[in-house]
Amino acid sequence: MRRRDSLARIATAILGPDEEERVQGTQKQTVGISPFANKSTPAVFRTTAGLEPYAGPWTLTQMYHLLRRTTFGPSKAHVDTLKSIATPSDAVDLLLAPQADEPTQPLATSTSELVPVGSTWVNALYSNTTINPTGARITSLKAWWIGLIVNQGLSIREKLTLFWTDHFVTQMSTVNDPRYSYRYNALLRHNVLGNFKDMANAITQDGAMLIYLNGTNNVKTGPDENYGRELQELFTIGKGPLVGPGDYTNYTEADVKAAAHILTGWRKNQNVDTTIGTQTGYFDSTRHDTTDKTFSADYNNTIIKGGTDGQAELTAMLAMIFSQTDPDGVNKVARFISRKFYRWLVYYVIDANAEANVITPMANLISSNNFNVLPALSALLKSAHFFDPVNMGCFIKSPIDFIAALIRQFSIPIISTDVTKQYATWYTLAALTASMDQDIGEPPNVAGWQAYYQNPEYYELWINSDTLPKRRNLSDALIGNGYNTSGGKLQIDPIAFVKTLSDPTDPNVIVNEASQFLFAVTPTATQTAFLKETLLPGLPDYEWTTEWAAYLADPTNAAKLSAVKGKLQALLALLMEMPEYQLS
Amino acid sequence: MNRREFITRAVPATTLPFLLNGYALKAYGSSPIIDALTSAAFSTNRIFVLVQLVGGNDGLNTVIPLDRYSSLSAARSNILIPSTKVLGLTAATGLHPAMTGLQSLYNNGQLLVIQSVSYPNPNFSHFRATDIWLTATDANVIGNTGWLGRYLDQDFPGYPGAYPTPAVPDPLALQISSVVTPGLQGPAISMGMAVTNPNATYFLPGGSDTPPATPAGHEIAFIRQVAQATQTYTTSIKTAASKGKNLSTLYPAAGQNSLADQLKIVAQLIAGGLQTRIYVVNIGGFDTHSAQVTATDTTLGAHATLLGKLSLGITAFEDDLRLLGAQDRVLGMTFSEFGRRIVSNASGGTDHGTAEPVIMFGSKVNAGIMGTSPVLPATPTVNDNIPLQYDFRSVYASILKDWFGASPTELQIAITGTITSPLTSSVVSSGAIAGVGSGGNQPKEYSLEQNYPNPFNPSTVIRYELPDGVNVRIDVYNSLGERVATLVDGPQGAGTHEVNFNGGSLASGMYLYRLKAGSYQETKRMLLLK
Repeated sequence: MRRRDSLARIATAILGPDEEERVQGTQKQTVGISPFANKSTPAVFRTTAGLEPYAGPWTLTQMYHLLRRTTFGPSKAHVDTLKSIATPSDAVDLLLAPQADEPTQPLATSTSELVPVGSTWVNALYSNTTINPTGARITSLKAWWIGLIVNQGLSIREKLTLFWTDHFVTQMSTVNDPRYSYRYNALLRHNVLGNFKDMANAITQDGAMLIYLNGTNNVKTGPDENYGRELQELFTIGKGPLVGPGDYTNYTEADVKAAAHILTGWRKNQNVDTTIGTQTGYFDSTRHDTTDKTFSADYNNTIIKGGTDGQAELTAMLAMIFSQTDPDGVNKVARFISRKFYRWLVYYVIDANAEANVITPMANLISSNNFNVLPALSALLKSAHFFDPVNMGCFIKSPIDFIAALIRQFSIPIISTDVTKQYATWYTLAALTASMDQDIGEPPNVAGWQAYYQNPEYYELWINSDTLPKRRNLSDALIGNGYNTSGGKLQIDPIAFVKTLSDPTDPNVIVNEASQFLFAVTPTATQTAFLKETLLPGLPDYEWTTEWAAYLADPTNAAKLSAVKGKLQALLALLMEMPEYQLS
Repeated sequence: MNRREFITRAVPATTLPFLLNGYALKAYGSSPIIDALTSAAFSTNRIFVLVQLVGGNDGLNTVIPLDRYSSLSAARSNILIPSTKVLGLTAATGLHPAMTGLQSLYNNGQLLVIQSVSYPNPNFSHFRATDIWLTATDANVIGNTGWLGRYLDQDFPGYPGAYPTPAVPDPLALQISSVVTPGLQGPAISMGMAVTNPNATYFLPGGSDTPPATPAGHEIAFIRQVAQATQTYTTSIKTAASKGKNLSTLYPAAGQNSLADQLKIVAQLIAGGLQTRIYVVNIGGFDTHSAQVTATDTTLGAHATLLGKLSLGITAFEDDLRLLGAQDRVLGMTFSEFGRRIVSNASGGTDHGTAEPVIMFGSKVNAGIMGTSPVLPATPTVNDNIPLQYDFRSVYASILKDWFGASPTELQIAITGTITSPLTSSVVSSGAIAGVGSGGNQPKEYSLEQNYPNPFNPSTVIRYELPDGVNVRIDVYNSLGERVATLVDGPQGAGTHEVNFNGGSLASGMYLYRLKAGSYQETKRMLLLK
């Protein structure tokens, strides 16, 4: 895709905290932005805590916070596991531990396919003369991905997989060959805690990316600058303030051209339609510009020798980009990616303290570890800054966060015995997230979802008069009569949920534990009273105990079940309707 | 009314989010009676206020059977109200001494007591019994919350659609409560809205305490603004709240009597012209298993306090409605999920029972006492309960029929189970029985109805009935007695007539309108609020 066609609003995500102004001349999209959203970033006091290790208590409050930010909503099982972990540091280590590669692959469930239902299509023929399975495979891929998210293990992997697809962006519909998109997805998932420089190298040669940003069309006779620009502007070093004609502080327009020349000759596999297992990029030296490439003063006038070894030139260019430092000595690329991690895992405002005491030391950890991101992420998640109470609950759930958390918090069962129905259910979830403005696998443009970069609204872009009622309608349906999918009904079992609490006979325990589990903020005393009144209107506590005991003694009695279930439904519906439920 | 009309009328009610508290939620969501009430009410300006006494009210210490006093003494000596302290209504019946206000209403012909209301096979679970009352089913039938949803789903695919409309601008039912629940749960979508305080900045589920000055608080404030803006009836409710003013001085200070506070809001919204037909309010605490009276004085204690609040709340509300000129448009009813046991327990309280007195109030109520005092066993045991005299569904059916003029067809849809017929005598005084909307019947007597809306700005409708053809004149006077308009002057035929009055050129204030039809004269007040 032509990036200038799609990129209406480029953010200033890479700018410093004193530079966060909308780029002049960009068209602000107005549809879908609530009139109540930020007009400037909030100036509330935050914290002076930095990247130093957190030394405070390790209670449910911290466990929930850690799980909300690193997974898609805490599941009961994961909370229980964390309770057995002695320290937050150990818990973070567990979440960051290496994971075996995902054993599953997306399966065919459509009759418009070239492979049988239940078999994977990732290495199958693209199409034949009568069947084009592209649409069915995109559906399958999105469903599979949502399935991985809702069934995720106790690991940061799925959160970071989504993060990286919001960083090295491609769009499934633009790539238009789901086999490439699957490989792209698997590449990122495999490397979520890996080496950023290696990822940049690999993604440059990825088939999906070569299609998406036109690398496959980049030839010496007429270089296509699309990827060369985004590699610098959005993927690695970032665009700084315009300090001269065509000079974005960190690189110039001439550097965009030079990078494009370096990258000439990389192609997607042309035989992919008929050859199994070759959905990769490759280098065709006949299409490569073999002359020397000269970069600007922003890159210290570096000259990269031309030749027929495309990989060598790519490696040299990445080495150049990844070695640039700001005047304060901090590596530019490391700082750029640190800020993006921060906006995904902590908060959208990077104030002076966060810049100095979180972003800068993170960047130094990344560069001193040769761009392995694990040490920096580990330090961030173990930090006093991360666990500071002001950084809890300030994150508005993205649609994927919201929907996955609903499924996981309440352990809503999804059919697993019938692959067609299972994929249909998963795809329904994907369609729901799309209806709330986050279509998995389809970020709106090469800059990713605006909520992670668009100043000053950021996460508030997720919530407007269209999406908020959709969220509420979904939670109401799930706690009520259920949400019907072609794979079966999704429904919260309030009885099963309340049985996971420490003492379902005590209405105070129910209200307090449920609100702590579902809210990232502590309800006020008034709100707690409202919640209690919902569960037990106008009655003394022992009446709940009595009714609950009556149900337990005769659980098949419809009237007794109805008596307690209705009250629990009312309580949980209210909890999910409250604005506090939108926070993470 | 044909089925299509019924459906049309029913829509607004169901699109409405009612705020039903935790109880009401599920129950109201499936409640045929609420549905029928709102549909039937749509064509009238009449309002029904349902007062729920949560916890199970001790009816025998509320409406005291003086003619059974010796049995009562034997059954509950430790909580017995001295007969000399009972507020007499009749020789046989009196009220708890805390309810002086309700005694006055009775003496003014504004109170109806219906004795021993219950249903066959009564349930002793608070939650289940509440559901039975609110879903109006037989006791062995679990109300299906999807009933309303399925109903809507058939006739209104694509709901929630485009309500409110100019013709139906306001919620048809509203609960003054803090709680939103999956109450009116349709097959795919829930409609819920709670208004604790229509003067508040936000009406939000769970209330609107000021969020903390933190990043999280910043986002809570933002989401609340969006949530508020997406609530369908925010504007009409806030507009009514800003226009409406309470006039009674009888209300206690805010925070002392939650029922009075809620009823005050109802009166405020009525005064502000909100065209809502059904209001639901509640007061909890009636689950008096122990210490319902003080040991030294059985006329005091927890139950006396509650009944005092009930009495004062209703009295202030009625006083307010009278001052607002809305008295004749409002009918109220109290109920509890069950009464309590005949025999008191040793801890100075009473356990869950069955039948209870239902109290209806309003200037148009057919005042009196319906039924006999509960029959009490000579030597009552802990297992004895009060036998029912009236099924609660008959009471509902009478409200629909007598107050809202519901047709037999509508009653059939609304009231289900083995008991569906109205009471044999009306709950509404003669002359007040609704004929509006039932069509075709010639009025039997002259009448001038309260204008509607009232208060108004700038126009309002005055309806009147003529049993014969006659010369008619309607004049409007200001508070100094000066005539400011003549709306009708000439011969008119028998039937129900309406005339519009536009006060656009007049100042805010109280106005009088007088109907002269032959020898019949009637004057009523109306309030122009600009």
